Amino acid sequence: MFDAMSAPIIELHHVSMNFTKPSGAPLPVLANIDVTVREGEILGLLGRSGSGKSTLLRIAGGLIKPTAGTVLYRGGALAGPAEGISVVFQTFALYPWLTVQENVELGLDALGLPLDEARRKASSAIDLIGLDGFQSAYPRELSGGMRQRVGFARALVSQPVLLLMDEPFSALDVLTAEMLRTDFLDLWNGHQLPTKAVLMVTHNIEEAVQMCDRILVLGANPGHIIAEVKVPLVNPRNRLDPAFHAIVDQIYSILTSRMAEAASPPTSTQGKPVQQLPGVSASRLGDFAEALAAPPFDGRAELPKIAQALALQLEQLFPIAAGLHILEFAELEGSSIKLSAAGRVFAAADIEDRKRLFREHLLRFVPLAAHIRQVLEERDRHSAPRARFEYELEDHLPRREAEKTMRAVINWARYAELFQYDDRTRTFQLDRSTP
Amino acid sequence: MAAFLEAEELEHHAEVSTGGIWRQHSFGWRDVVATLLVLGAAILLGSGTRQMVGPFVVGNQADISLSPAALPLYTLRTVMRMLAAMAASLLFTFTYATAAGKSRRAEMVLIPILDVLQSVPILGYLSFTVAFFVALFPGSTLGPELAAIFAIFTSQAWNMAFSFYQSLRTIPTDLDEASRSFRETGWQRFWRLEVPFAMPGLIWNMMMSMSGGWFFVVASEAISVGDLQIALPGVGSYVAKAIEQRDLAAIGWAILAMTIAILLYDQFLFRPMVAWADKFRFEQTAAQVVPKSWVLELFRRSTLLAIVGSPVGAVMRRGARARMSYAPRLFAISGWSLPRSVGDGLWLAAVFAALSYVAWAIVRYAGPSLSWSDVWTAAGNGALTLARVAILVALASLIWVPIGVGVGLRPKLTARVQPISQFLAAFPANLLFPIVVFLIVRFQLSPGIWLCPLLILGTQWYILFNVIAGASAFPSDFREAAASFRVRPWRWWREVMLPGIFPYYVTGAITASGGAWNASIVAETVSWGSTKLTAGGLGAYIAQMTVAGDYPRIALGIAVMSLLVISMNRLLWRPLYAYAERRTRLD
Repeated sequence: MFDAMSAPIIELHHVSMNFTKPSGAPLPVLANIDVTVREGEILGLLGRSGSGKSTLLRIAGGLIKPTAGTVLYRGGALAGPAEGISVVFQTFALYPWLTVQENVELGLDALGLPLDEARRKASSAIDLIGLDGFQSAYPRELSGGMRQRVGFARALVSQPVLLLMDEPFSALDVLTAEMLRTDFLDLWNGHQLPTKAVLMVTHNIEEAVQMCDRILVLGANPGHIIAEVKVPLVNPRNRLDPAFHAIVDQIYSILTSRMAEAASPPTSTQGKPVQQLPGVSASRLGDFAEALAAPPFDGRAELPKIAQALALQLEQLFPIAAGLHILEFAELEGSSIKLSAAGRVFAAADIEDRKRLFREHLLRFVPLAAHIRQVLEERDRHSAPRARFEYELEDHLPRREAEKTMRAVINWARYAELFQYDDRTRTFQLDRSTP
Repeated sequence: MAAFLEAEELEHHAEVSTGGIWRQHSFGWRDVVATLLVLGAAILLGSGTRQMVGPFVVGNQADISLSPAALPLYTLRTVMRMLAAMAASLLFTFTYATAAGKSRRAEMVLIPILDVLQSVPILGYLSFTVAFFVALFPGSTLGPELAAIFAIFTSQAWNMAFSFYQSLRTIPTDLDEASRSFRETGWQRFWRLEVPFAMPGLIWNMMMSMSGGWFFVVASEAISVGDLQIALPGVGSYVAKAIEQRDLAAIGWAILAMTIAILLYDQFLFRPMVAWADKFRFEQTAAQVVPKSWVLELFRRSTLLAIVGSPVGAVMRRGARARMSYAPRLFAISGWSLPRSVGDGLWLAAVFAALSYVAWAIVRYAGPSLSWSDVWTAAGNGALTLARVAILVALASLIWVPIGVGVGLRPKLTARVQPISQFLAAFPANLLFPIVVFLIVRFQLSPGIWLCPLLILGTQWYILFNVIAGASAFPSDFREAAASFRVRPWRWWREVMLPGIFPYYVTGAITASGGAWNASIVAETVSWGSTKLTAGGLGAYIAQMTVAGDYPRIALGIAVMSLLVISMNRLLWRPLYAYAERRTRLD
């Protein structure tokens, strides 16, 4: 396959990226990252949302200029999108008004080729990727899988040296994604692609283990590399192979341990609560706790197993696990989750008791909820604008995360009947009918 | 799962393969008809253009004939002006809106200007532009022609430019990134991404503009500013002459000619364009109702035109593919070397200096001949017209909202009524004014009250067809839910239907009220032969000052009207619109 001494295709050295907060202060999304993609490898960037993995990919593609650090493409500094680098997008990014053929030819626009040569090259890319016969179709006439095939053909038509893939299969259904992945791996392993290296972003652990030679696991706020996992399996890889499972479990453990760390101590400056809450509803936490308490899990489950049993994606599973962990209804250990004593009661209780318990834990373990409640009690009219708390959060969290945390605390507090929120006036109110 | 997927792909495949089957490769009736259409259009446009650049002497203009036989040619001239203005508007849109969309500094200035221009009554400044263009081309018909075209242009260009600018600002991130990662040049990006993405909105706005444009083309053909009397051959002048001679039959003929012209325009220009633009829809799903046009079908299926047209298509495609990397600084994102804040400061200072100079020039020009009493007169008249517009929009809403909901909830009725209401919105209401005026004179009604309906005569239909559109887009499960819970009529209106159509209604009402302000200039003072009727108000004020050629007071009238329209937009319509948007979203 590849060896560590292969020539580097793209190198990111000490790359940092800051966006700007509403107050004008810098908000770091990537901190001091080093990534090198070498000839012959598929390198995966794996992480939860907010870990800046897509931003990192865009920096490698020259679409975003990093705040600090250098990007070298085949030894030379990268300034903007360069010849030889192509991107496959999560949302396909096809032009709806162009046919399949024209969309693929788009990948050659920059080369200024004569028309018939462009035609010919596009046709052979279309053949290669299995789109023959669909040249005159418009994207809206195609299924999702076929659309992403067009995305691949368009990226490959210009014979790129480096292929960047931004969660290329995550918008597809499971079966289609699997087919497309296998087709791509067949081409890659059969050396039918002109491409020398691939950098792909994913949040699907199994996908990463199936495709990549090396996986960088990213942590969030700001994005940084937690671990590098090598995948020394032969191709094609078998998902039922115990060695395959071992690597999947290893990555789960890395991610859950980080999550547990990130969730427990609310990092606060000036004593203000800035704990980040996962975007998950209270009723969903209840449902999950109930499933976890029931057989075959009986209160304890390996995350990959329960994810499969409940048909949950990683992006859905982690917020739930983090939510239960924050509220101390469950504990995360390695790649498994275990209900706490309170969690067992919570799972078994009827709706009224469940709400009461949820309310107690919300006040105790979510400082933001307690803080809002306290402010509301202190105020004469028992109401306070949402913006007030949101600004406090935005000083410490990226805007999207702050918004997510706000939504979560509103949902949880409504469920617990701790306080009310009126979206029309965007204010919090104390529900006087409850104690 | 697998079977379902396969079936789906097969189905799509079937759709694709039908694309090549029905094309017949022999010379058929379609070719004859299509060729005739193309040649006919070319000859008509050519002859019309030749007349437009003929000699022009103010005192010695060709007399307008009231014979119905002369009308087809007049209509052609009117239609030609419309086309020329549309071409100018497109050019303006592509340059002005592109500049605003690409350069942050240009945007700071261009967009507020556009916002104000949108609110300035077009007929008000016709007098200025006529004088300007006549002076620009002395002794040629081109001067007044350009003035008329400019008037129509000003009625069409602003909303088109706005729509294009909005589209540029809302290009989806993934398409933008795709375009950048494939290193398209500004030129390629413009034709491949930006124009196609903006196309559906742009075409819709072109149709709206065109509807409004008929009103202004009719109003701008026959105009007198002070001593300058101009009557360009066209439907508008024909009607003006008919009014002068009290010829009701001639007005009937003009209405007929205009009706035919608008219907033809719709069939031959807009239907094909809308059907064609369907492929630019950004939604990835197949449309529920695919717009169709028999003209477009005809052209697409004609083998001859396909042969003749393919080189043209190839050249255009080559043009869009060309990189043009040496030229397109205009389209590229500008890179300034100055720090952002310093550059912005300098830029704002320059803009501010230019604005102060303009303000100073206006005051110096108009100041000496205006006194405070003039301002009070204009303001009083403004209040009168404001009250009229408000009452009329409210009245029109009371009438058309229930009717529109009734129609919109019945799909069959909608299919019949919607084209009629859109036609009525496009029809230049000023052609109908003489009939109303005739009735007022005949029955000796009070002009102060009975002239008012003219303000809203042409624009009330915007309320109707927007409400119809809203009601027919209302989700049927909401209606069924309301029906199954047996919601009482009053609650049904207040809590089910009115919130559902509210955003649509607001859109219609904004257009209606804007149109009413413009109409006030031709509706508040009208004549029938030698009889003159005046209802007072700001429109009448501007019209009188225009006839008198009193430029400072025209400017004052326009300023007051612009101020009123802008404040009404800012204080009433925009908050309402924002409220409607916020209230009706579900996420």
